[in-house]
Amino acid sequence: MTAGLPILDWPALYPVLLVTAACFACLLLDATPQGARPGVLAATSVLGVAGAVVVSLLLWDGPVRSFQGMLVADGFALFFNVVIGAATILVLLLSVGYLPRLGVAAGECYALVLFATIGMMLMTSGTDLLVVFLALELMSLSLYVLAGTFRARPEGHEAALKYFLLGAFASGFFLYGIALLYGATGTTNLTRLGTALSAPDATRNPMVLAGLALLLVGFGFKASAVPFHQWAPDVYQGAPTAVAALIATGSKAAAFGALLRVLIAMQALQADWGVALWMLAALTMTIGNVVALAQANVKRLLAYSSIAHGGYMLVGIAAGLGSGTPAVLFYLGVYAVASVGAFGTILLLEREGEEAVDLAAYGGLARRHPVLAFGFTVFLLALIGMPPTAGFVGKFYLFSAAIQRGLVWLAVIAVLNSVLAAYYYLRLIVYMYMREPEGAPTTALLTPAASIALAASAWVTLQLGLWPGPVLAMAQRAVAPLLP
Amino acid sequence: MLLSTLVWLPTLGATALLLLDRRDTRRLRQVALAVTTATLVVSGLLWIGFDRARPGMQFAEQRAWIPGAGISYHLGVDGISLLLVLLTTLLTPLCILSAWTQITTRVKEFLVAMCLLETGMLGVFVALDLFLFFVFWEAMLIPMYLIIGVWGGPRRVYAAVKFILYTMAGSALMLLAILTLYFIQDARTASFDYAAMMQLRITPSLQVPLFLAFALAFAIKVPMVPFHTWLPDAHVEAPTAGSVILAGVLLKMGTYGFLRFGMPIFPDAAVRLAPLVVGLALVGILYGAWVSTVQSDMKKLIAYSSVSHLGFVMLGLFTFTAQGLLGGILQMVNHGLSTGALFILIGMIYERRHSRLIADFGGLWAVVPVFSAILMLVTFSSIGLPGLNGFVGEFLILVGAFQWSWPAAVLGTAGIVFAAVYLLWMYQRVVFGELRHEENRRLPDLNAREIWTLAPILVLIVWIGVYPKPFTAVAETAVADLLQVVRDKRAAVPAAWHASGETTPR
Repeated sequence: MTAGLPILDWPALYPVLLVTAACFACLLLDATPQGARPGVLAATSVLGVAGAVVVSLLLWDGPVRSFQGMLVADGFALFFNVVIGAATILVLLLSVGYLPRLGVAAGECYALVLFATIGMMLMTSGTDLLVVFLALELMSLSLYVLAGTFRARPEGHEAALKYFLLGAFASGFFLYGIALLYGATGTTNLTRLGTALSAPDATRNPMVLAGLALLLVGFGFKASAVPFHQWAPDVYQGAPTAVAALIATGSKAAAFGALLRVLIAMQALQADWGVALWMLAALTMTIGNVVALAQANVKRLLAYSSIAHGGYMLVGIAAGLGSGTPAVLFYLGVYAVASVGAFGTILLLEREGEEAVDLAAYGGLARRHPVLAFGFTVFLLALIGMPPTAGFVGKFYLFSAAIQRGLVWLAVIAVLNSVLAAYYYLRLIVYMYMREPEGAPTTALLTPAASIALAASAWVTLQLGLWPGPVLAMAQRAVAPLLP
Repeated sequence: MLLSTLVWLPTLGATALLLLDRRDTRRLRQVALAVTTATLVVSGLLWIGFDRARPGMQFAEQRAWIPGAGISYHLGVDGISLLLVLLTTLLTPLCILSAWTQITTRVKEFLVAMCLLETGMLGVFVALDLFLFFVFWEAMLIPMYLIIGVWGGPRRVYAAVKFILYTMAGSALMLLAILTLYFIQDARTASFDYAAMMQLRITPSLQVPLFLAFALAFAIKVPMVPFHTWLPDAHVEAPTAGSVILAGVLLKMGTYGFLRFGMPIFPDAAVRLAPLVVGLALVGILYGAWVSTVQSDMKKLIAYSSVSHLGFVMLGLFTFTAQGLLGGILQMVNHGLSTGALFILIGMIYERRHSRLIADFGGLWAVVPVFSAILMLVTFSSIGLPGLNGFVGEFLILVGAFQWSWPAAVLGTAGIVFAAVYLLWMYQRVVFGELRHEENRRLPDLNAREIWTLAPILVLIVWIGVYPKPFTAVAETAVADLLQVVRDKRAAVPAAWHASGETTPR
C-alpha cells in the first residue's frame, strides 16, 4: 500500500463549496463595522444555496466520486441536495422579515443555517460512515445553536439544552454503532461494508447486528422516530419557527437520506432491519398522530405531525429496497415543501406582539387574510394527503410500495393513521374558515420574500399533485443505480 | 373532448368567479348560474349523442397522465353514469338558484365551492381510471366540507367534520384495495385502468376482502345502516344547496360505486354477500321509515327518509335481476329529484319563517297555495304514487325483489306503506288544518324565481311517472351488459382459477 496524494474530484464538491462560499461571505459581511443589512445577508445565502441546487441539477449525469470514495455526487445525493436546498431557500426567504422582528442579530444566524445545510448535503453524499458522522455533527452543532436563538426566553434555553443533550446521546449511539461495524468488518466505507456483509455467515455476527441496531437508534433520534422523538416537540416550540421548519424538513431529509444509504449498503441484513423498521414505522405514525390530536399549540401540533410523517416514510423504507425507496424520496420532497409552507404561515402571524401559536388565534383567519388562509389550507390538505395536492400522490406511492411488498397490515395502519391525522389538520381549517375571530386581532406580517416563499411552496404542492410524473421519474432515476 | 369540457367547465367558471369583484354578488350569481347551465347544455349534448343500443363506454377519451405507474386520464360514460351526470348537471344550477337569496355571506366563496363541487361529482361519474376516480372521490369532499361547515346551521362544524371523517375512513381501505388490484396484475402491463380491472379473474377467496373494502367506502356514502349516522347531521346542518347536492348526488356515488366497481369486478363476492347487503338494505328501509315518523324537524325527517329510499335502491341492485337493477338506477334519479325538491321547498319555507319544526306550521294551504300544491306533488312523488316517477322505480325494484326472494319483497313493500305514513302525516300537519300560528298568516307565496327553480324537477317527476321509456332505455344496455359480465365471470371462475397462477398477490 502506498501513500499518495488523495485524488480530489472537485465537481462532486461544487454544490457544497458554493454554500460554503456564501456562508463565509455572510460572516465577512457581518464583520464589517456597520454590519450588514439582513436583506443583503439573505440574498447572499439564497444565491449560494440556489447555485448549489442548480449545480446539482447540472451534475445529474454520471456519479462523481471524490476523496477516494468517501463522497459521491450520484443521483441520490443530488436529489437530496435539491430537496435540502429548496427547503433551506424557503426557510431563508421566510427569515428575512422574521429575524429582525425578533430582534436577533442576523449575521451568525444566516451563517449557521448555511453550515447546517452543508452538513445536511454532506450527510447524504457521504459513502463512508465517518463522513456521515462528521456531516451529522456539523449539521447538529449548527442546529443546537440555532435552536437557542431565543436567549431571553426560558423555552429557548430548554429547546437548545434538550436538543443538545439528546442529540449528543444520539451521536454517541451512532459512533458506537460505527465502531462495532468497523470491528466486525474492518471498514467504515459503505461499499466495502456491503461487500463484507455479503459473505456467508457475515450477517449472523452479533457485532454486526448490534452495530446496525445502534446506527438505527442514532438515525431514529435525528429523524425523530418514536421512541426517540421526545426532544422534537419541545425543540420546535422553543426554537424560532424558521429554525423549527429547518429541523423538521432539512435535517429530517438528511437523516432519511443517510439512513437509506446505510440500509442499501446493508441490504444483506434486510430481513433484520425490515422487521425493526416495520415496528418503528407503526409506532411512529400512531404515537405521532394520537398525541397530535391533543395539542392546542400549533407549533407542537406540527411537531407531532412531523413525527407522524416520519412514520409514513418509514413505511416506505420498511417496504424494502425497491419501489419503496423512490417513494420515500418523492415524499420527502413533498413533505418538505408543504411543511415549510405550514411553518412559514405560522411564522408570519402575530397576535398581541407574540407569535400566533394558539389555535384560537386562527379563528376567522380566512375572513381577515383570505389568501394566507387559502395557502395554509393547501399545505394542511397536503399534510392530510388529500387530492389534488402532492401529499396524496406521495402517500399513494408509499402505501403502494407497502402493498406490493405484502405489508398489508402496515398499510392498513398507515391509512387509518391518515384519517386520524385528518382530524387535527381539519381543526385548523375549521378555525380559519368556520369560526369567528375572538379576542385580539391576528395580524399577518407579510414581507415580499415570505410571500414569494409561500406562493412557491403552494404552487409546488399543487403542481406535484397534478403532474407528479417528472419528479417521480427523477426519484426513480436517483435510486435505480443503487438498488439490487 | 365533450366529457373533458363537461368536467372542467365548472372549474373554469370557478376561476372566472375568483376574478370578479366580491361585492357585486348579483354578477357573481349570474356567472355561476350561466356556467352551470352551460354544463347542463353540454350534458344535454351527451344525451342526444348517446347511442342507446351500443354496450360499453361512449365518448371515451384517454390521455397519459403518470405513465410510469399505469395511471391515465381516462373518461367515458355508459347509460348508468349518463343518467347520474344529467342529474348532477340539472341539480347544480337549481341549487344556485335556490341559494339566490338564502346565501348572503361570502357569496363568492360559496359559488366557487359549488362549481368545484360539480367538477368533483362529474369526475367521479365519468372517471374510468381507478386512480383518477379516487382523486375525484376524495377531492370532492373538500368543497362539500366547506359548504356544510361555513354556510351551515348551528351545529355545522360538528356535522362537517363528521361527514368528512366518515367518508375518509371509508375510502382509506378502498385505496388499499385499489392498490391490491393493481399489484395482482401482470407487472409489465399493470394499470389502474377500469378495463384492466374488469379483465381480472380474482379468486373468490380474495374477492371477499377486496369487495368488503370497496363496499365499506360505498356503504358509508349510500349510506347503509349502520354507517348512516353522519347523514342526519350533515343534511340538517347543511345549507339548502348543500342538502340538495348531498341527497341528490353524493348519496348516489355510493350506489354508483357498487354498480361500476363492486359488482362487476368482484361478482362472486357480490353475489355471495348479496344476502348481507339486502338484509342491511331492508333494515335501512324499515329503520329509516320508522325514525322518520317521529321526527319533529322537517329536514331531519327527509334526511332519514333518504336512508329508507336508498335502502330501496340497494335492494334493487343486489337482486341481480334486470328489473331490480333498472329500478334501482331509475330510483337513484327519482330520489335525487324528489328529495332534492323537498329540500329546496323546506329551504324556501325556512327562509320565510326561520323554522323547520312541523309544529310551527299548519294550515299553510290558505296562505301559500302554490307552495302547498308543489309540496303535495313532490310528496306524492316521494311516496311513489302511481303516475309519478317514484312509482316506476319502486315497482321495478319490487319485481326484481320478488324474483330474488319473496320475503324481501314483502318487507320492502311494507317500507312503501311506512313512507306513505310519515310523508303524508308530515304534509297533513304542515299544510292542512287550522292556521294556528299568527306568524304564518303573512307568509308570502313562492315568487317567480322559486317556481322556476322547481319547475324542471316537477316536469321530470311527471314525465318519468307517465312515460319512463326514454330514461330506462338509456340504462337498459348497460344493465344487460353488467348482468352478462357477472354471469360470465361467475361461470368462468373455477376453470380460470385453476388454470392461471395470476390470481394471488405477488
